[in-house]
Amino acid sequence: MPENDTTPAIEFQGVVKRFGDNVVLDGLDFTVAQGDRVTLIGPSGSGKTTILRLLMTLEEANEGLILIDGDPYTHEMRGGKRVAIPDKRRSLVRRRVGMVFQQFNLFPNMTVLENIIEAPIHVLGKSKAEATTIAEALLDKVGLAEKRDERPTKLSGGQQQRVAIARALAMEPEILLLDEVTSALDPELVADVLGVLRNIAETTDITMLIVTHEMQFAREVSNRVLMFDKGKIIEEADPETIFTSPTHERTQEFLRAVL
Amino acid sequence: MSDNLQQFVDLLPQLGEGILVTLQLTLGGAVLALLVAFTLGFGSRAHTRWARVPSRVVVEFFRGTSLVVQIFWLYYVLPLPPFYVELDPLACGILALGLNYGAYASEVVRGSINSVAKGQWEAAIALDLSPVHRLRRVIMPQAWPLMIPMFTNLLIQLVKGSALAAYISLHDLNFFTNELRERTSDTIFSYTVGLLCYFVVAYLLTLAMNALEVRAKNRLGTGPTLREVLRLAPVQTTADVGAGGPAPAATTASKGGDRDG
Repeated sequence: MPENDTTPAIEFQGVVKRFGDNVVLDGLDFTVAQGDRVTLIGPSGSGKTTILRLLMTLEEANEGLILIDGDPYTHEMRGGKRVAIPDKRRSLVRRRVGMVFQQFNLFPNMTVLENIIEAPIHVLGKSKAEATTIAEALLDKVGLAEKRDERPTKLSGGQQQRVAIARALAMEPEILLLDEVTSALDPELVADVLGVLRNIAETTDITMLIVTHEMQFAREVSNRVLMFDKGKIIEEADPETIFTSPTHERTQEFLRAVL
Repeated sequence: MSDNLQQFVDLLPQLGEGILVTLQLTLGGAVLALLVAFTLGFGSRAHTRWARVPSRVVVEFFRGTSLVVQIFWLYYVLPLPPFYVELDPLACGILALGLNYGAYASEVVRGSINSVAKGQWEAAIALDLSPVHRLRRVIMPQAWPLMIPMFTNLLIQLVKGSALAAYISLHDLNFFTNELRERTSDTIFSYTVGLLCYFVVAYLLTLAMNALEVRAKNRLGTGPTLREVLRLAPVQTTADVGAGGPAPAATTASKGGDRDG
Protein backbone atom coordinates (compact mmCIF):
# COMPACT_ATOMS: atom_id res chain seq x y z
CA MET A 1 0.00 0.00 0.00
CA PRO A 2 1.34 3.45 -0.86
CA GLU A 3 1.87 5.42 2.26
CA ASN A 4 2.01 9.18 2.33
CA ASP A 5 0.89 12.00 4.54
CA THR A 6 -2.65 11.90 3.29
CA THR A 7 -3.19 8.20 4.05
CA PRO A 8 -5.29 8.19 7.19
CA ALA A 9 -3.89 6.36 10.21
CA ILE A 10 -7.28 4.75 10.76
CA GLU A 11 -10.15 4.34 8.39
CA PHE A 12 -13.53 2.74 9.12
CA GLN A 13 -15.60 1.84 6.07
CA GLY A 14 -19.21 0.94 6.78
CA VAL A 15 -18.36 -0.93 9.96
CA VAL A 16 -21.24 -2.79 11.56
CA LYS A 17 -20.91 -4.45 14.95
CA ARG A 18 -23.75 -6.39 16.49
CA PHE A 19 -23.95 -8.19 19.81
CA GLY A 20 -26.89 -10.49 19.26
CA ASP A 21 -29.80 -8.26 18.25
CA ASN A 22 -28.12 -5.19 19.62
CA VAL A 23 -26.56 -3.11 16.84
CA VAL A 24 -23.70 -1.26 18.51
CA LEU A 25 -22.11 0.24 15.41
CA ASP A 26 -24.36 0.88 12.47
CA GLY A 27 -22.42 1.31 9.24
CA LEU A 28 -19.79 3.55 10.73
CA ASP A 29 -17.49 5.58 8.46
CA PHE A 30 -14.74 7.75 9.79
CA THR A 31 -11.07 8.47 9.38
CA VAL A 32 -8.34 9.57 11.75
CA ALA A 33 -5.35 11.39 10.25
CA GLN A 34 -1.77 10.56 11.23
CA GLY A 35 -0.88 12.24 14.49
CA ASP A 36 -4.47 13.18 15.27
CA ARG A 37 -5.69 13.12 18.87
CA VAL A 38 -9.32 12.15 18.73
CA THR A 39 -11.62 11.92 21.72
CA LEU A 40 -14.76 9.85 21.48
CA ILE A 41 -17.58 11.02 23.71
CA GLY A 42 -21.14 9.92 24.13
CA PRO A 43 -23.46 8.10 26.48
CA SER A 44 -22.91 4.53 27.69
CA GLY A 45 -23.63 2.00 25.01
CA SER A 46 -23.03 4.44 22.18
CA GLY A 47 -20.23 2.27 20.78
CA LYS A 48 -17.12 4.23 21.77
CA THR A 49 -15.35 1.42 23.59
CA THR A 50 -16.36 -1.02 20.86
CA ILE A 51 -14.43 1.08 18.34
CA LEU A 52 -11.26 0.74 20.42
CA ARG A 53 -11.83 -2.97 20.89
CA LEU A 54 -12.30 -3.47 17.16
CA LEU A 55 -9.03 -1.64 16.58
CA MET A 56 -7.29 -3.98 19.03
CA THR A 57 -8.93 -7.09 17.46
CA LEU A 58 -10.61 -7.86 20.78
CA GLU A 59 -13.88 -7.82 18.87
CA GLU A 60 -14.56 -8.53 15.24
CA ALA A 61 -16.77 -6.39 13.00
CA ASN A 62 -19.75 -8.10 11.37
CA GLU A 63 -19.55 -5.96 8.26
CA GLY A 64 -17.32 -3.33 6.74
CA LEU A 65 -13.57 -2.79 6.66
CA ILE A 66 -10.99 -1.27 8.95
CA LEU A 67 -7.78 0.07 7.45
CA ILE A 68 -4.65 1.00 9.34
CA ASP A 69 -2.30 3.23 7.30
CA GLY A 70 -4.30 2.07 4.31
CA ASP A 71 -3.63 -1.61 5.06
CA PRO A 72 -6.62 -3.92 5.54
CA TYR A 73 -6.64 -5.18 9.12
CA THR A 74 -9.08 -7.95 9.96
CA HIS A 75 -10.92 -8.27 6.65
CA GLU A 76 -10.29 -7.35 3.03
CA MET A 77 -12.25 -7.29 -0.19
CA ARG A 78 -11.23 -10.03 -2.58
CA GLY A 79 -13.18 -10.43 -5.80
CA GLY A 80 -16.03 -8.33 -4.41
CA LYS A 81 -16.29 -10.47 -1.28
CA ARG A 82 -15.36 -9.59 2.28
CA VAL A 83 -12.92 -12.19 3.58
CA ALA A 84 -11.22 -12.56 6.94
CA ILE A 85 -7.47 -12.02 7.09
CA PRO A 86 -5.57 -14.80 8.91
CA ASP A 87 -4.24 -14.02 12.36
CA LYS A 88 -0.59 -14.07 11.25
CA ARG A 89 -1.21 -11.15 8.91
CA ARG A 90 -3.46 -9.30 11.38
CA SER A 91 -0.69 -9.53 13.87
CA LEU A 92 1.66 -7.46 11.68
CA VAL A 93 -0.86 -4.62 11.61
CA ARG A 94 -1.83 -5.07 15.27
CA ARG A 95 1.79 -4.47 16.20
CA ARG A 96 1.36 -0.81 15.21
CA VAL A 97 -1.55 -0.38 17.62
CA GLY A 98 -1.21 -0.15 21.41
CA MET A 99 -3.89 -0.03 24.04
CA VAL A 100 -4.19 1.09 27.66
CA PHE A 101 -7.11 -0.44 29.55
CA GLN A 102 -9.43 0.83 32.24
CA GLN A 103 -8.35 -2.02 34.53
CA PHE A 104 -4.60 -1.69 33.70
CA ASN A 105 -4.30 -5.46 33.12
CA LEU A 106 -0.66 -5.70 34.14
CA PHE A 107 0.64 -9.26 34.37
CA PRO A 108 0.85 -10.08 38.12
CA ASN A 109 3.36 -12.87 37.52
CA MET A 110 5.95 -10.41 36.24
CA THR A 111 7.75 -7.45 37.75
CA VAL A 112 7.14 -3.96 36.43
CA LEU A 113 10.19 -4.17 34.19
CA GLU A 114 9.30 -7.65 32.94
CA ASN A 115 5.82 -6.43 32.06
CA ILE A 116 7.35 -3.77 29.85
CA ILE A 117 10.09 -5.79 28.14
CA GLU A 118 8.12 -9.01 27.50
CA ALA A 119 6.58 -7.99 24.18
CA PRO A 120 9.49 -5.92 22.81
CA ILE A 121 11.76 -8.96 23.28
CA HIS A 122 9.39 -11.67 22.09
CA VAL A 123 7.34 -9.80 19.50
CA LEU A 124 9.70 -7.13 18.16
CA GLY A 125 12.79 -9.29 18.62
CA LYS A 126 14.77 -6.74 20.60
CA SER A 127 17.66 -7.88 22.76
CA LYS A 128 17.05 -7.95 26.48
CA ALA A 129 19.59 -5.19 27.03
CA GLU A 130 18.02 -2.92 24.43
CA ALA A 131 14.49 -3.57 25.67
CA THR A 132 15.60 -2.88 29.25
CA THR A 133 17.22 0.43 28.28
CA ILE A 134 14.05 1.53 26.53
CA ALA A 135 11.87 0.33 29.42
CA GLU A 136 13.97 2.20 31.97
CA ALA A 137 13.70 5.40 29.96
CA LEU A 138 9.92 4.95 29.77
CA LEU A 139 9.65 4.24 33.49
CA ASP A 140 11.59 7.41 34.06
CA LYS A 141 9.18 9.27 31.80
CA VAL A 142 6.15 8.06 33.79
CA GLY A 143 7.95 8.82 37.06
CA LEU A 144 8.31 5.24 38.30
CA ALA A 145 11.97 4.45 37.71
CA GLU A 146 12.38 3.25 41.29
CA LYS A 147 9.52 0.72 40.95
CA ARG A 148 11.32 -1.24 38.26
CA ASP A 149 11.60 -4.49 40.23
CA GLU A 150 8.32 -4.28 42.14
CA ARG A 151 5.33 -6.50 41.55
CA PRO A 152 2.37 -4.66 39.98
CA THR A 153 0.14 -5.75 42.87
CA LYS A 154 2.33 -3.71 45.23
CA LEU A 155 1.58 -0.50 43.33
CA SER A 156 -1.33 1.91 43.60
CA GLY A 157 -3.87 2.03 40.79
CA GLY A 158 -2.38 5.22 39.43
CA GLN A 159 1.11 3.73 39.42
CA GLN A 160 -0.17 0.56 37.75
CA GLN A 161 -1.80 2.59 35.05
CA ARG A 162 1.41 4.54 34.42
CA VAL A 163 3.27 1.23 34.08
CA ALA A 164 0.59 0.07 31.65
CA ILE A 165 1.14 3.23 29.61
CA ALA A 166 4.90 2.58 29.58
CA ARG A 167 4.24 -1.02 28.55
CA ALA A 168 2.10 0.09 25.61
CA LEU A 169 4.67 2.70 24.53
CA ALA A 170 7.50 0.17 24.65
CA MET A 171 5.98 -1.43 21.56
CA GLU A 172 6.53 1.90 19.76
CA PRO A 173 2.95 2.03 18.49
CA GLU A 174 1.84 4.40 15.75
CA ILE A 175 -1.63 4.40 17.26
CA LEU A 176 -2.44 4.46 20.96
CA LEU A 177 -5.91 3.55 22.23
CA LEU A 178 -6.87 4.87 25.64
CA ASP A 179 -9.97 3.17 27.03
CA GLU A 180 -11.26 5.13 30.03
CA VAL A 181 -7.82 4.93 31.56
CA THR A 182 -8.75 6.95 34.64
CA SER A 183 -12.20 5.51 35.35
CA ALA A 184 -10.98 2.87 37.79
CA LEU A 185 -8.74 5.25 39.72
CA ASP A 186 -9.29 7.03 42.98
CA PRO A 187 -9.75 10.75 42.25
CA GLU A 188 -6.43 11.81 43.78
CA LEU A 189 -4.54 9.45 41.46
CA VAL A 190 -6.10 10.69 38.25
CA ALA A 191 -3.93 13.78 37.88
CA ASP A 192 -0.65 11.85 37.68
CA VAL A 193 -1.94 9.60 34.94
CA LEU A 194 -3.35 12.48 32.94
CA GLY A 195 -0.07 14.35 33.41
CA VAL A 196 1.82 11.45 31.87
CA LEU A 197 -0.56 11.28 28.92
CA ARG A 198 -0.37 15.03 28.37
CA ASN A 199 3.41 14.71 28.27
CA ILE A 200 3.18 11.92 25.69
CA ALA A 201 0.79 13.96 23.60
CA GLU A 202 3.19 16.89 23.64
CA THR A 203 6.41 15.00 23.01
CA THR A 204 5.40 12.38 20.42
CA ASP A 205 3.39 12.26 17.23
CA ILE A 206 1.52 9.07 18.10
CA THR A 207 -2.03 8.98 16.80
CA MET A 208 -4.33 8.78 19.81
CA LEU A 209 -7.90 7.58 20.14
CA ILE A 210 -9.31 8.43 23.53
CA VAL A 211 -12.46 7.32 25.29
CA THR A 212 -12.80 9.31 28.49
CA HIS A 213 -15.14 11.02 30.89
CA GLU A 214 -12.46 13.60 31.71
CA MET A 215 -13.74 16.42 29.54
CA GLN A 216 -11.05 18.85 30.68
CA PHE A 217 -8.39 16.36 29.59
CA ALA A 218 -10.15 15.79 26.27
CA ARG A 219 -10.15 19.51 25.74
CA GLU A 220 -6.46 19.93 26.47
CA VAL A 221 -5.10 16.95 24.58
CA SER A 222 -7.33 16.30 21.61
CA ASN A 223 -7.66 18.27 18.43
CA ARG A 224 -10.91 16.59 17.41
CA VAL A 225 -13.93 15.34 19.30
CA LEU A 226 -16.47 12.87 17.96
CA MET A 227 -19.85 12.70 19.63
CA PHE A 228 -21.45 9.23 19.38
CA ASP A 229 -24.99 8.22 19.87
CA LYS A 230 -26.51 4.83 19.05
CA GLY A 231 -23.49 3.71 17.05
CA LYS A 232 -23.30 6.77 14.84
CA ILE A 233 -21.29 9.97 14.89
CA ILE A 234 -23.82 12.73 15.40
CA GLU A 235 -21.43 15.64 15.78
CA GLU A 236 -17.78 16.27 15.14
CA ALA A 237 -15.68 19.34 15.80
CA ASP A 238 -12.58 20.69 17.50
CA PRO A 239 -12.86 20.53 21.29
CA GLU A 240 -13.30 24.27 21.72
CA THR A 241 -16.34 24.33 19.45
CA ILE A 242 -17.97 21.17 20.73
CA PHE A 243 -17.57 22.03 24.39
CA THR A 244 -18.64 25.66 24.13
CA SER A 245 -21.21 25.63 21.36
CA PRO A 246 -22.43 22.13 20.49
CA THR A 247 -25.02 22.19 17.75
CA HIS A 248 -26.75 18.84 18.15
CA GLU A 249 -29.38 18.58 20.84
CA ARG A 250 -28.09 15.18 22.06
CA THR A 251 -24.59 16.62 22.45
CA GLN A 252 -25.88 19.54 24.47
CA GLU A 253 -27.82 17.15 26.67
CA PHE A 254 -24.84 14.86 27.14
CA LEU A 255 -22.42 17.67 27.96
CA ARG A 256 -24.85 19.21 30.44
CA ALA A 257 -24.94 15.85 32.20
CA VAL A 258 -21.18 15.27 32.39
CA LEU A 259 -19.70 18.76 32.78
CA MET B 1 -0.39 -57.15 71.07
CA SER B 2 3.32 -57.90 71.20
CA ASP B 3 2.64 -60.80 68.85
CA ASN B 4 1.06 -58.38 66.46
CA LEU B 5 4.08 -56.10 66.59
CA GLN B 6 6.38 -59.06 65.98
CA GLN B 7 4.36 -60.03 62.93
CA PHE B 8 4.42 -56.42 61.78
CA VAL B 9 8.19 -56.23 62.09
CA ASP B 10 8.54 -59.53 60.24
CA LEU B 11 6.40 -58.14 57.46
CA LEU B 12 8.37 -54.90 57.14
CA PRO B 13 9.95 -55.91 53.81
CA GLN B 14 6.45 -56.53 52.44
CA LEU B 15 5.36 -53.16 53.81
CA GLY B 16 8.24 -51.57 51.94
CA GLU B 17 7.18 -53.35 48.77
CA GLY B 18 3.57 -52.32 49.34
CA ILE B 19 4.50 -48.67 49.75
CA LEU B 20 6.69 -48.85 46.68
CA VAL B 21 3.90 -50.31 44.53
CA THR B 22 1.37 -47.79 45.87
CA LEU B 23 3.80 -44.96 45.13
CA GLN B 24 4.45 -46.32 41.63
CA LEU B 25 0.73 -46.45 40.95
CA THR B 26 0.23 -43.00 42.44
CA LEU B 27 3.07 -41.22 40.70
CA GLY B 28 2.60 -43.06 37.41
CA GLY B 29 -1.12 -42.40 37.56
CA ALA B 30 -0.57 -38.77 38.50
CA VAL B 31 1.88 -38.10 35.65
CA LEU B 32 -0.46 -39.72 33.16
CA ALA B 33 -3.43 -37.88 34.67
CA LEU B 34 -1.59 -34.58 34.30
CA LEU B 35 -0.87 -35.26 30.63
CA VAL B 36 -4.46 -36.33 30.04
CA ALA B 37 -5.73 -33.31 31.99
CA PHE B 38 -3.82 -30.75 29.95
CA THR B 39 -4.56 -32.45 26.64
CA LEU B 40 -8.28 -32.73 27.31
CA GLY B 41 -8.45 -29.43 29.19
CA PHE B 42 -6.98 -27.49 26.28
CA GLY B 43 -8.93 -29.65 23.85
CA SER B 44 -12.19 -28.65 25.53
CA ARG B 45 -11.30 -24.99 25.05
CA ALA B 46 -10.31 -25.33 21.40
CA HIS B 47 -12.06 -23.27 18.76
CA THR B 48 -12.37 -26.13 16.30
CA ARG B 49 -15.08 -28.66 16.91
CA TRP B 50 -12.67 -31.42 15.85
CA ALA B 51 -10.71 -31.00 19.04
CA ARG B 52 -13.51 -29.91 21.34
CA VAL B 53 -16.06 -32.65 20.76
CA PRO B 54 -13.69 -35.64 21.15
CA SER B 55 -12.20 -34.04 24.26
CA ARG B 56 -15.61 -33.63 25.83
CA VAL B 57 -16.62 -37.18 24.94
CA VAL B 58 -13.47 -38.68 26.47
CA VAL B 59 -13.83 -36.56 29.61
CA GLU B 60 -17.46 -37.51 30.12
CA PHE B 61 -16.76 -41.18 29.43
CA PHE B 62 -13.94 -41.58 31.93
CA ARG B 63 -15.63 -39.42 34.55
CA GLY B 64 -18.86 -41.28 34.13
CA THR B 65 -17.59 -44.84 34.43
CA SER B 66 -16.47 -46.57 37.60
CA LEU B 67 -12.76 -46.82 38.33
CA VAL B 68 -13.17 -50.42 39.53
CA VAL B 69 -14.84 -51.42 36.29
CA GLN B 70 -12.18 -49.58 34.28
CA ILE B 71 -9.37 -51.42 36.06
CA PHE B 72 -11.08 -54.80 35.68
CA TRP B 73 -11.84 -54.04 32.07
CA LEU B 74 -8.21 -53.29 31.31
CA TYR B 75 -7.04 -56.35 33.21
CA TYR B 76 -9.64 -58.96 32.26
CA VAL B 77 -11.23 -57.78 29.01
CA LEU B 78 -8.28 -56.39 27.02
CA PRO B 79 -6.51 -59.79 26.79
CA LEU B 80 -9.64 -61.33 25.27
CA PRO B 81 -10.59 -61.32 21.60
CA PRO B 82 -10.77 -59.15 19.62
CA PHE B 83 -8.18 -57.07 21.51
CA TYR B 84 -5.53 -59.58 22.62
CA VAL B 85 -3.70 -56.86 24.54
CA GLU B 86 -2.14 -58.24 27.66
CA LEU B 87 -0.97 -55.47 29.94
CA ASP B 88 1.22 -55.74 32.98
CA PRO B 89 -0.99 -55.30 36.11
CA LEU B 90 0.96 -52.20 37.09
CA ALA B 91 0.38 -50.72 33.63
CA CYS B 92 -3.35 -51.51 33.96
CA GLY B 93 -3.46 -49.73 37.30
CA ILE B 94 -1.56 -46.68 36.09
CA LEU B 95 -3.62 -46.46 32.90
CA ALA B 96 -6.96 -46.68 34.68
CA LEU B 97 -5.96 -44.21 37.40
CA GLY B 98 -4.42 -41.81 34.89
CA LEU B 99 -7.41 -41.80 32.56
CA ASN B 100 -10.01 -41.61 35.32
CA TYR B 101 -8.39 -38.88 37.38
CA GLY B 102 -7.08 -37.16 34.26
CA ALA B 103 -10.67 -36.72 33.13
CA TYR B 104 -11.52 -35.02 36.42
CA ALA B 105 -8.34 -32.97 36.37
CA SER B 106 -9.02 -31.76 32.83
CA GLU B 107 -12.04 -29.94 34.23
CA VAL B 108 -9.71 -28.33 36.75
CA VAL B 109 -7.40 -27.21 33.94
CA ARG B 110 -10.29 -25.86 31.88
CA GLY B 111 -11.90 -24.08 34.83
CA SER B 112 -8.68 -22.53 36.10
CA ILE B 113 -7.71 -21.20 32.69
CA ASN B 114 -11.20 -19.78 32.26
CA SER B 115 -11.02 -18.06 35.62
CA VAL B 116 -7.95 -16.01 34.75
CA ALA B 117 -9.28 -12.47 34.29
CA LYS B 118 -10.37 -11.67 30.74
CA GLY B 119 -8.30 -8.49 30.85
CA GLN B 120 -5.15 -10.59 31.02
CA TRP B 121 -5.95 -12.20 27.67
CA GLU B 122 -6.83 -8.85 26.21
CA ALA B 123 -3.63 -7.21 27.40
CA ALA B 124 -1.64 -10.09 25.91
CA ILE B 125 -3.43 -9.66 22.58
CA ALA B 126 -2.90 -5.90 22.70
CA LEU B 127 0.85 -6.55 23.04
CA ASP B 128 0.56 -8.89 20.06
CA LEU B 129 1.94 -11.87 21.99
CA SER B 130 1.37 -15.07 19.98
CA PRO B 131 -1.39 -17.45 21.17
CA VAL B 132 1.15 -19.95 22.54
CA HIS B 133 3.13 -17.21 24.22
CA ARG B 134 0.00 -15.75 25.80
CA LEU B 135 -0.81 -19.07 27.35
CA ARG B 136 2.69 -19.98 28.43
CA ARG B 137 3.88 -16.69 29.86
CA VAL B 138 0.71 -14.89 30.95
CA ILE B 139 -2.21 -17.24 31.50
CA MET B 140 -0.60 -20.45 32.76
CA PRO B 141 1.49 -18.82 35.51
CA GLN B 142 -1.77 -17.38 36.84
CA ALA B 143 -3.91 -20.47 36.31
CA TRP B 144 -1.36 -22.90 37.80
CA PRO B 145 -1.68 -21.70 41.43
CA LEU B 146 -5.46 -22.06 41.07
CA MET B 147 -5.07 -25.62 39.84
CA ILE B 148 -2.74 -26.92 42.53
CA PRO B 149 -5.18 -27.11 45.49
CA MET B 150 -7.67 -28.98 43.33
CA PHE B 151 -4.93 -31.23 41.97
CA THR B 152 -3.97 -31.97 45.58
CA ASN B 153 -7.49 -33.21 46.28
CA LEU B 154 -7.44 -35.41 43.23
CA LEU B 155 -3.99 -36.73 44.06
CA ILE B 156 -5.17 -37.83 47.51
CA GLN B 157 -8.17 -39.51 45.95
CA LEU B 158 -5.86 -41.15 43.45
CA VAL B 159 -3.70 -42.58 46.29
CA LYS B 160 -6.77 -44.11 47.83
CA GLY B 161 -8.14 -45.23 44.49
CA SER B 162 -4.88 -47.07 43.89
CA ALA B 163 -5.94 -49.55 46.61
CA LEU B 164 -8.05 -51.24 43.94
CA ALA B 165 -4.83 -52.50 42.40
CA ALA B 166 -4.67 -55.22 45.05
CA TYR B 167 -7.57 -56.89 43.22
CA ILE B 168 -5.56 -57.23 40.02
CA SER B 169 -2.72 -59.09 41.78
CA LEU B 170 -0.55 -56.13 42.70
CA HIS B 171 1.22 -56.22 46.07
CA ASP B 172 0.41 -52.71 47.16
CA LEU B 173 -0.41 -51.27 50.60
CA ASN B 174 -3.90 -52.71 50.51
CA PHE B 175 -2.51 -56.15 49.73
CA PHE B 176 -0.07 -55.75 52.61
CA THR B 177 -2.92 -54.90 54.98
CA ASN B 178 -4.72 -58.09 54.05
CA GLU B 179 -1.57 -60.10 54.47
CA LEU B 180 -1.07 -58.61 57.93
CA ARG B 181 -4.60 -59.58 58.84
CA GLU B 182 -4.07 -63.14 57.74
CA ARG B 183 -0.86 -63.45 59.73
CA THR B 184 -2.15 -61.83 62.93
CA SER B 185 -5.84 -62.74 62.64
CA ASP B 186 -6.33 -59.34 64.30
CA THR B 187 -8.72 -57.40 62.08
CA ILE B 188 -8.71 -54.22 64.16
CA PHE B 189 -4.93 -54.06 64.31
CA SER B 190 -4.23 -54.74 60.66
CA TYR B 191 -6.85 -52.45 59.19
CA THR B 192 -5.84 -49.67 61.57
CA VAL B 193 -2.26 -50.08 60.39
CA GLY B 194 -3.63 -49.95 56.86
CA LEU B 195 -5.46 -46.69 57.56
CA LEU B 196 -2.36 -45.13 59.06
CA CYS B 197 -0.14 -46.20 56.19
CA TYR B 198 -2.44 -44.60 53.60
CA PHE B 199 -2.76 -41.52 55.76
CA VAL B 200 1.00 -41.08 56.00
CA VAL B 201 1.46 -41.48 52.25
CA ALA B 202 -1.40 -39.07 51.54
CA TYR B 203 -0.20 -36.54 54.07
CA LEU B 204 3.34 -36.52 52.73
CA LEU B 205 1.98 -35.91 49.25
CA THR B 206 -0.21 -33.10 50.61
CA LEU B 207 2.84 -31.44 52.13
CA ALA B 208 4.70 -31.69 48.84
CA MET B 209 1.74 -30.20 46.96
CA ASN B 210 1.42 -27.39 49.50
CA ALA B 211 5.08 -26.55 48.95
CA LEU B 212 4.41 -26.47 45.22
CA GLU B 213 1.45 -24.17 45.79
CA VAL B 214 3.42 -21.77 47.93
CA ARG B 215 6.14 -21.60 45.32
CA ALA B 216 3.66 -20.96 42.51
CA LYS B 217 1.99 -18.19 44.49
CA ASN B 218 5.29 -16.60 45.41
CA ARG B 219 6.08 -16.42 41.73
CA LEU B 220 2.81 -14.59 41.25
CA GLY B 221 3.84 -12.14 43.91
CA THR B 222 1.04 -13.23 46.24
CA GLY B 223 0.65 -15.79 49.01
CA PRO B 224 2.43 -16.61 52.23
CA THR B 225 5.94 -17.76 53.04
CA LEU B 226 7.30 -21.29 52.96
CA ARG B 227 6.65 -21.64 56.67
CA GLU B 228 3.00 -22.24 55.83
CA VAL B 229 4.00 -25.48 54.16
CA LEU B 230 4.72 -27.11 57.48
CA ARG B 231 1.24 -26.41 58.77
CA LEU B 232 -1.81 -28.58 58.42
CA ALA B 233 -4.03 -25.68 57.47
CA PRO B 234 -4.66 -25.30 53.76
CA VAL B 235 -2.94 -22.30 52.28
CA GLN B 236 -5.21 -19.28 51.92
CA THR B 237 -6.32 -18.87 48.34
CA THR B 238 -6.55 -15.44 46.84
CA ALA B 239 -9.70 -15.17 44.83
CA ASP B 240 -8.48 -12.35 42.66
CA VAL B 241 -5.25 -13.77 41.32
CA GLY B 242 -4.91 -12.34 37.91
CA ALA B 243 -7.46 -9.61 38.37
CA GLY B 244 -4.62 -7.41 37.22
CA GLY B 245 -4.91 -5.15 40.19
CA PRO B 246 -5.47 -4.98 43.90
CA ALA B 247 -8.90 -4.85 45.45
CA PRO B 248 -9.57 -1.13 44.87
CA ALA B 249 -9.53 -1.64 41.12
CA ALA B 250 -12.11 -4.37 41.37
CA THR B 251 -14.47 -2.39 43.56
CA THR B 252 -14.42 0.67 41.36
CA ALA B 253 -14.89 -1.38 38.21
CA SER B 254 -18.65 -1.27 38.40
CA LYS B 255 -18.64 2.40 39.22
CA GLY B 256 -16.55 3.42 36.25
CA GLY B 257 -17.42 0.52 34.01
CA ASP B 258 -18.64 1.62 30.65
CA ARG B 259 -18.44 -1.36 28.38
CA ASP B 260 -20.31 -0.21 25.35
CA GLY B 261 -22.43 -3.15 24.35
